[in-house]
Amino acid sequence: MTALSMTARRGEDDARLRPVPWRRMAGVTWRQHRVALIGVAVLLGALAVYLWIAGASLHHAYDAAVACHPESSAACQGLDNTVSGMDNFLSNGYILQVLPVLIGAFVGAPVLAREMETGTFRYAWTQGFGRWRWAVAKLVLLAVVVTVAAGAFGALLTWYYQPFLSDNQFLELPKTTPFAPGMFDLRGVGFPAWTLAAFAIGALAGMLIRRVVPAIVATLVVYVGLAFAAAGFLREHYLAPLVVSNYSNVPSNGWTVGQWWTKDGRVAFGDYPPASILNQFCPPTSAGKGGGPSEGWGPCLVQHGYAMWTSYQPTTRFWPFQWIEGGWLLALSLLLIAAAIWLVHRRAA
Amino acid sequence: MNIVEASGLGKRYGRTWALRECTLKIPAGRVAALVGPNGAGKSTLLNLAVGLSAPSAGEVTVLGGRPAGSMAALDGIAFVAQDTPLYKTLSVADMIYITRSLNRRFDQPFARARLDELGIPLKRRAGKLSGGQQAQLALTLALARRPRLLVLDEPVAMLDPVARHDFMATVLAAASADGMSVLLSSHVLIELERVANYLILLSQGQVRLAGAVNDLLATHGQASLEELAMAYLRENSESEVTR
Repeated sequence: MTALSMTARRGEDDARLRPVPWRRMAGVTWRQHRVALIGVAVLLGALAVYLWIAGASLHHAYDAAVACHPESSAACQGLDNTVSGMDNFLSNGYILQVLPVLIGAFVGAPVLAREMETGTFRYAWTQGFGRWRWAVAKLVLLAVVVTVAAGAFGALLTWYYQPFLSDNQFLELPKTTPFAPGMFDLRGVGFPAWTLAAFAIGALAGMLIRRVVPAIVATLVVYVGLAFAAAGFLREHYLAPLVVSNYSNVPSNGWTVGQWWTKDGRVAFGDYPPASILNQFCPPTSAGKGGGPSEGWGPCLVQHGYAMWTSYQPTTRFWPFQWIEGGWLLALSLLLIAAAIWLVHRRAA
Repeated sequence: MNIVEASGLGKRYGRTWALRECTLKIPAGRVAALVGPNGAGKSTLLNLAVGLSAPSAGEVTVLGGRPAGSMAALDGIAFVAQDTPLYKTLSVADMIYITRSLNRRFDQPFARARLDELGIPLKRRAGKLSGGQQAQLALTLALARRPRLLVLDEPVAMLDPVARHDFMATVLAAASADGMSVLLSSHVLIELERVANYLILLSQGQVRLAGAVNDLLATHGQASLEELAMAYLRENSESEVTR
């Protein structure tokens, strides 16, 4: 039988009990979560390489097309078509929008859920490091790591999508506004902020649900709900929109958030006229069929004393909006992580 | 000094009291056995003592007056929970690393030597070890912390007789080597005969009997710890019925 060495048990003086240093959690966290962290690194790394290569040729072709003169020449048209043809599966960032929630769900949700599910919390929370310190160190460390990784990746995305958001009317790129979902939350601080939020949702869901797979599912559901709410309802209200009286006054890349018509200083109808007004002033046969407000019934109603108003968010507000969204997502994430830590601290086993 | 001291301690889950009006003092330097049928409140009492759960009533202190669950208490207590939870995907070496990192004291040479003696390879994943080896690993990690109190919840329930014997031998050797106190729970009485010199009998969430084994045997005129416990549990269940 191995005897316990008699040199240990120093520093038993309780009054001067020094806590175990915080930095020791770095190695602990790495050993416990290296599979998830390596998974994130491989996923983002592979995508980054692809974005770098695809982005370099996209930017190259775009610069060539912009520099080409005269614009109407066949050669320039050819260059334009080259750029348009590069609009691939990454277009509008539709697919990449799943990245933050994938990272959040698969890194964040298991952190506490796995401890609860397998019972290892009874090991972890009875070590000398201390229970709430353990939760703080682990969650903060992982949150910082995934946010920094997402921040770097977000910078790459910002660069990649630049040509699609340019104001060059002659290029036949799909016109989009920097506020469109994907263009907004994958670029700037949006990507790291949404990744952090997904991680925080996952961490709290894991502590509340205490099962890994249900916690991952709950994270996906809550995140998707939050992302839709932000894109569909919240984002347009960050700052009061600008209002212009004529549709052609709206900048091409601006984000139109509302449209209505007035007559004699009073609101007449929303973005589409009721049949009674159309039949009275601009019956479809006389004013051309269908068409938007810019053609067909639009100019016709203007002749009859109607005025069209458009409210929009100008592209110059991209960064203010980014900081507003990044700010509230950061605050929300801190709140959720604090709630998870509080639950660890007070939970009765 | 009392290694565990409880006064009016109670724990309620919903409407049921898992532990009620528990008042006891376990002196230091003992191997104390917490005995009682399943559902008697043994795990509840241990969870309260190691600070995993908070009392619904009363209070519990450890290591001579430190609040259970406080940093000072965690520092001096090592706990091996029921079914010895380990990070199954991590290697034995990683478990050593993590336990060493999370504690102020860790006797690494002791841990290495013991695992070597037990034939547990450092590179193997904890989940790939046999049940007996997992229990021994959990115990080794706990002992390497050089605790003043070792708390074991149903430590040998899942083990075969040989592993059971080896496990308890390790506990006893460590206890006698440096005066570590031990508090262990079990619903299997026979294995305690050799090891325990202090007994706490729990049933239906209440302490029925507590004291040094020799004193209890003398007072109650029973030949063995098992007979004593059985007699008490029988008497108690009868009184519950007749009441």
